[in-house]
Amino acid sequence: MSEITLVEAVRLALARAMEEDDTVLLLGEDIGVDGGVFRATDGLIKRFGADRVMDTPLSESLFTGLAVGLGAQGFRPVVEYQFMGFIYPAIDQIVNHAGRLRNRTRGRLSCPMVIRAPYGGGIRAPEHHSESMEALFAHIPGIRVIIPSSPARAYGLLLAAIRDPDPVVFLEPKRIYRAPKEEIADDGVSAPLDHCFMLREGRDVTLVTWGAMIVEALAAAETLAAEGVEAEVIDVATLKPLDMETILSSVGRTGRCVIVHEAPLSGGVGAEIAAGLADRGLVNLLAPIRRVAGYDTVMPLSRLESSYMPTEERILRTMREVLAYA
Amino acid sequence: MTQAASFTIERTQYLNAQGRPTQPLPAFAEDRDTLIDLYRAMVLTRTFDAKAVSLQRTGRLGTYASSLGQEAVPVGVAAAMRAEDVFLPSFREQGGQLLRGVRMVEILLYWGGNERGSDFIGPREDFPICVPVGTHAPHAVGVARAFQLRREARVAVCVFGDGATSRGDVYEAMNFAGVHRLPVVFVVNNNHWAISVPRARQTAAETLAQKAIAAGIPGTQVDGNDAIAVRHVVGVAIEQARVGKGPALVEALTYRLSDHTTADDASRYRDDAEVSARWQEEPIARLRQYLSDTGQWGKADEEALIGDCASQVDAAASEYLAAPALPPTAMFDHLYAALPSALTEQRVELEKATNP
Repeated sequence: MSEITLVEAVRLALARAMEEDDTVLLLGEDIGVDGGVFRATDGLIKRFGADRVMDTPLSESLFTGLAVGLGAQGFRPVVEYQFMGFIYPAIDQIVNHAGRLRNRTRGRLSCPMVIRAPYGGGIRAPEHHSESMEALFAHIPGIRVIIPSSPARAYGLLLAAIRDPDPVVFLEPKRIYRAPKEEIADDGVSAPLDHCFMLREGRDVTLVTWGAMIVEALAAAETLAAEGVEAEVIDVATLKPLDMETILSSVGRTGRCVIVHEAPLSGGVGAEIAAGLADRGLVNLLAPIRRVAGYDTVMPLSRLESSYMPTEERILRTMREVLAYA
Repeated sequence: MTQAASFTIERTQYLNAQGRPTQPLPAFAEDRDTLIDLYRAMVLTRTFDAKAVSLQRTGRLGTYASSLGQEAVPVGVAAAMRAEDVFLPSFREQGGQLLRGVRMVEILLYWGGNERGSDFIGPREDFPICVPVGTHAPHAVGVARAFQLRREARVAVCVFGDGATSRGDVYEAMNFAGVHRLPVVFVVNNNHWAISVPRARQTAAETLAQKAIAAGIPGTQVDGNDAIAVRHVVGVAIEQARVGKGPALVEALTYRLSDHTTADDASRYRDDAEVSARWQEEPIARLRQYLSDTGQWGKADEEALIGDCASQVDAAASEYLAAPALPPTAMFDHLYAALPSALTEQRVELEKATNP
């Protein structure tokens, strides 16, 4: 067992799934000999051949629709988009077909496919390479939306996503692709697709987040711990369907909740979580639910990127405001 | 300057609008039963369309897309397919679906607002109709890729309209099919109107068939009102694809004699004179004329067929009208393979609202 990065964990899970199941295929741009822009599929073409690790033409809608056809024929395609910013031509296929084929044929045909895309800011990438648009996908019926936030969770959740009989959008926080590392046993054990992960227990306030924001959230929790305030940190991980039970139960104990996401504030998944808490957990609240999020602006280019992304300072400020309510 | 590439697009016709052969017919046309089957399938389709439109006009069916005047395209295509092939129609290929074993009641259920209509009892691997225009072309190459990977001698056959050829999905699918020489045949059901936009406003290309050339696959035209020509040309393409000779595009030239759907009024944008002229070229009269001229079809045959089609269609309509709606909670039943617990509460709420 050795320590590996999140992107290496993705590769490990892909290889494991392909080893176990001949119907698992990889499709995408530059995923073959080049191993993908982030090297997530590095070496897999050598191991599994070009039939199963296929470079597609530069057409995202095509390879997504191709996966719908393959899925209906019993394959389990895993498609890779180089960056989330290039996934939008494929939304037609995801909304109109992948998410509804099972329902519209009453289970006769289905789409057991995984849609992988690196997302999020913080690596000073070019324009269109840094957005966090997970809420677009969380609104689509018939699919799952998963965001891992550590190598171990990436491994377990991706295995689960590939084995799942329905379409799964699997968004990989590229800011934490290469660090931190974590020890992973390549044991083929998957993680549940409908549960949040408790990253840190605490009695005073609940911090709900996902993706690369767990870095700032955990740092903020440590800072407060030094002051004697214990924050519970939840990695939502499965944004759709959303595990409100774990969040409600935590906020039921702490009475306070701050939600942190990189995506724009309005209409974000944080709003759905806040609504769920207001709906079913209001009596337990000791303070308003607050969100720390990206602004409702276009994601700025790299020079202003750090001003856009929620920082530990912004999170701490908001947590202190929430903790100030008696 | 040298010539880097060139192309020609051929057009095939066997029977002209008067039902007279314009060249020796293909071998299959020597078999009376084969021709009669094509003819019957077209008459059944027209009878079915008329019933569906009348059900819609009397408030017993939702919006419906008639294939009046275009019956030879889906019928010819489906007749050229084998049972094990996979059909990916748009929303005006009911004639082909029926020939492949989709039941009339299923088509009525679908347009009557019941998802059960796409759970075909017959061709279990065929795709349901595709409403977002041309978005099923990538599915066809996915199905064809599955056949290729499994080394199966099967072909995916995808039909879309002239409007669809303006969409990226159709080009992207042809392009990919060309790269991998996939066993897929694309058929453009060119009825010359994408709702109110005529073919000339869709593209400046002289033919739609030549769009295949850009994707590196052969494209050809066929008289889409000549069922013999459609069956033959599409059949040749399918059999080439089946033996690994790659994909093809067939542009079938026909005409939409009906409105786009029952929700459309084509008189707003189309001259009656144009439609009347096109009635002279429609596919059913043409094949009937040939069958009659060659002594293969008579008045008694025709009367028997009309009666038979009417009774089949009436029986399907009765079955459709008697079919109960799905229970409201059915909308949750096939959303996922197993309903996630996060959705249980919504399902329970609907169930309570349904049975208070």
